[in-house]
Amino acid sequence: MDITFDHVSFTYQAGTPFAGDGLKDISTTIKGGDYTAIIGHTGSGKSTLLQHLNALLKPTSGTVTIGDREITPETNNKNLKPLRQKVGMVFQFAENQLFEQTVERDIAFGPMNFGVPEKDAKALAAQMVKLVGLPDDILQQSPFDLSGGQMRRVAIAGVLAMQPEILVLDEPTAGLDPAGRLEMMTMFKKLHDEQGLTIVLVTHQMDDVADYADRVLVMEHGALVRQGTPREIFADPDWLRQKQLGLPKTTAFAERLQKLGFTFDQMPLTASELADDLMPQIGGGDRG
Amino acid sequence: MDKLILGRYIPGDSMVHRLDPRTKLMASFYYIAIIFLANNWQSYLLMFVATMVMIMLSKVKLSFFLRGVRPMIWLIMFTVALQIFFTKGGHTYWSWGWLAITQFGLTNGAFIFMRFVLIIFISTLLTLTTQPLSLADAVESLLKPLRVIHVPVTELALVLQIALRFVPTLMDQTTKIMNAQRARGVDFGTGNLFQQMKAVVPLLIPLFVDSFGIAEDLATAMDARGYQGGDNRTKYRVLQYHRSDATAAIVMVALTGLLVFLRA
Amino acid sequence: MANAIDISHLKYSYPEATKPALNDVSFVVPAGEWWAIIGHNGSGKSTLAKNINGLLAPESGSVTVAGMPLTEQTVWDIRAKVGIVFQNPDNQFVGATVADDVAFGLENRAVPRDEMLTRVHDALVAVNMQDFATREPARLSGGQKQRVAIAGIVAQRPDIIILDEATSMLDPAGRLEIIDLIKQLRQQQSLTVLSITHDIDEAAGADHVLLLDDGQVKEIGTPAEIFQHGEALLQLGLDVPYPEKLKNALAKRGVHMPAGYLDEEGLAKALWTLHSTM
Repeated sequence: MDITFDHVSFTYQAGTPFAGDGLKDISTTIKGGDYTAIIGHTGSGKSTLLQHLNALLKPTSGTVTIGDREITPETNNKNLKPLRQKVGMVFQFAENQLFEQTVERDIAFGPMNFGVPEKDAKALAAQMVKLVGLPDDILQQSPFDLSGGQMRRVAIAGVLAMQPEILVLDEPTAGLDPAGRLEMMTMFKKLHDEQGLTIVLVTHQMDDVADYADRVLVMEHGALVRQGTPREIFADPDWLRQKQLGLPKTTAFAERLQKLGFTFDQMPLTASELADDLMPQIGGGDRG
Repeated sequence: MDKLILGRYIPGDSMVHRLDPRTKLMASFYYIAIIFLANNWQSYLLMFVATMVMIMLSKVKLSFFLRGVRPMIWLIMFTVALQIFFTKGGHTYWSWGWLAITQFGLTNGAFIFMRFVLIIFISTLLTLTTQPLSLADAVESLLKPLRVIHVPVTELALVLQIALRFVPTLMDQTTKIMNAQRARGVDFGTGNLFQQMKAVVPLLIPLFVDSFGIAEDLATAMDARGYQGGDNRTKYRVLQYHRSDATAAIVMVALTGLLVFLRA
Repeated sequence: MANAIDISHLKYSYPEATKPALNDVSFVVPAGEWWAIIGHNGSGKSTLAKNINGLLAPESGSVTVAGMPLTEQTVWDIRAKVGIVFQNPDNQFVGATVADDVAFGLENRAVPRDEMLTRVHDALVAVNMQDFATREPARLSGGQKQRVAIAGIVAQRPDIIILDEATSMLDPAGRLEIIDLIKQLRQQQSLTVLSITHDIDEAAGADHVLLLDDGQVKEIGTPAEIFQHGEALLQLGLDVPYPEKLKNALAKRGVHMPAGYLDEEGLAKALWTLHSTM
């Protein structure tokens, strides 16, 4: 399932605190099966863009096509449920959405809203708890007795239980410790690789973009200023710095090595790519 | 939310904006009280002109005041209708059983209508030109004498100030949680009453949990910054009367004199 | 120079907890140093911060701050000496406007209003927020709110500033903004800094790193000493420093770099040496 933006603009009502960072004439396609990263600094319109992916917001002009459903400024708010089921949204600090008495009921809440019978929804809950790496016995506990990291996972399980085709992640690892961050990013990678889930990730971590994404959208002042593969985007460090976006650690380090005299056919994005590139230049090529 | 005018502040630098909030608060109450003294065309006309002059001085567009009346319109119309139909006296224009439209009924209806509109205009003027925080300061300052009878005025004022400060934060949080639950298939504001009430639970519980979290964090931060309660604190923000406040007081007295002179 | 913080055999348990959150914690921070406190979530880092300024009362052991032993009598004096910047920028903003918030701590200590006006202004200048004095918090970015929190502390002229994961909810730009500000303030006002963090860049700039694990001090060392743990750092609550990642990738390909921690510059030089001797 693809999501296509065709000349989408969006303006917030004047006078609200968000006025100003809407969307300006966005055209792009998020392809089914891709792992797309959206980058841009705070206030660039990333969150506004996200809310168009499942019609939480409707464009002021232009068309968003989600699967076979067209969303235009005239679309009314009824019958959006089938679409919301297909596009799962994990918002920033997703643990804030938990409200049920038990973890099981909270995870089952989404699927039941979409018409899944309670029994099946509970079976889904059991399955999802495992998928996000939580122990079975957590199902009957209150979500409010868990640690912050566990609560985040329960919230993610609640979205996965809707069995969406597209999973949208808005800075899903914010506030976690480094080990927790790595575990979570590995989990999303697995969902993408093994279950064919389409992933849209909003992040400030350029290393995550380099490590996981197939495609990158760069936002600034509500406009889509560049799109391409991570390699294409990170090939232009000066442009990124000018947009205050930074580089993956590897690319930045490779730049430093370039100044010393090392050469790279194309800028490496990950530590193992850089290691490969370095081997022939530091006399290790024959051992590789 | 955007339609709600009462309680909204329109930034500005007019004479009315610059008045001390205590003056504005007391003057508004006083003005509303003397509106009840008006009892004939001349006295109502005086109050109407005076209100219009104040609105003009505030440099806030009249449309904001009219919008302030709108949510109250049914209550006003109902009261006016009662006056028209149930006041007897003077010439009878129309009657049907015990219902009658009389001369006195019509004048009373018009007076009541004026009274409502003037009261709404004046309270709207107060909130449109005074920041909620300044109003809180004014309330604190005016209630200070109650400390003698051990009313914790300072603490109440701090509570009010913090409540005002967190309104935007909680509104923001409400939008975020609503979005998250809508993405999980919740329809807010559709279906029958029972369904709508059920939809509110996934919003209210996270909001409560979040508010408790904020309260706990805030209490810790206040503790760390040396807050011990009580009156043994100094104040950074102080209110000060100026000459224009004295002018406002004189205008109120003069208005009262004229009103007493004009009323029947 | 005197010691800013002297903690000896500190133990603290939360009510109803089965094991202590802090156990037999001892360390001494000399005045003027920058310490990073690291450890995975739940290792007791924030509990430690709260024990230093008496927000929590130690079960046993002693805490001495700026030469004053922490007791019920000294707790308010100690709080005046220690400022804490907490994690959530929104939840520590008490005032209705920027200036009000900075003044809050001064109001609490009954500082006369005339003095308060200058101190608030100076503090706002110190964090470069003087143009925002009358702004409401809802219209500030996360980084700006943290600046205001820091100004509130600076206004109280403390000896010690504790950052309790103060940058963890900020975007990369906001994070750098705050770290740079603290570095600069520390020089100007000779502050002792204790930063509780998961951020490798923050830890790298510290004089000493204290590693907390399950409520106990596991190790105290320079960043270079602590970073030698390489990939094990991940379980200790810190990211693996980039040079270590690259060294590991090279080691897998049979290239062994010098033992011991190398920062980026050191690693670049070492690689260049290999390149030149090829």
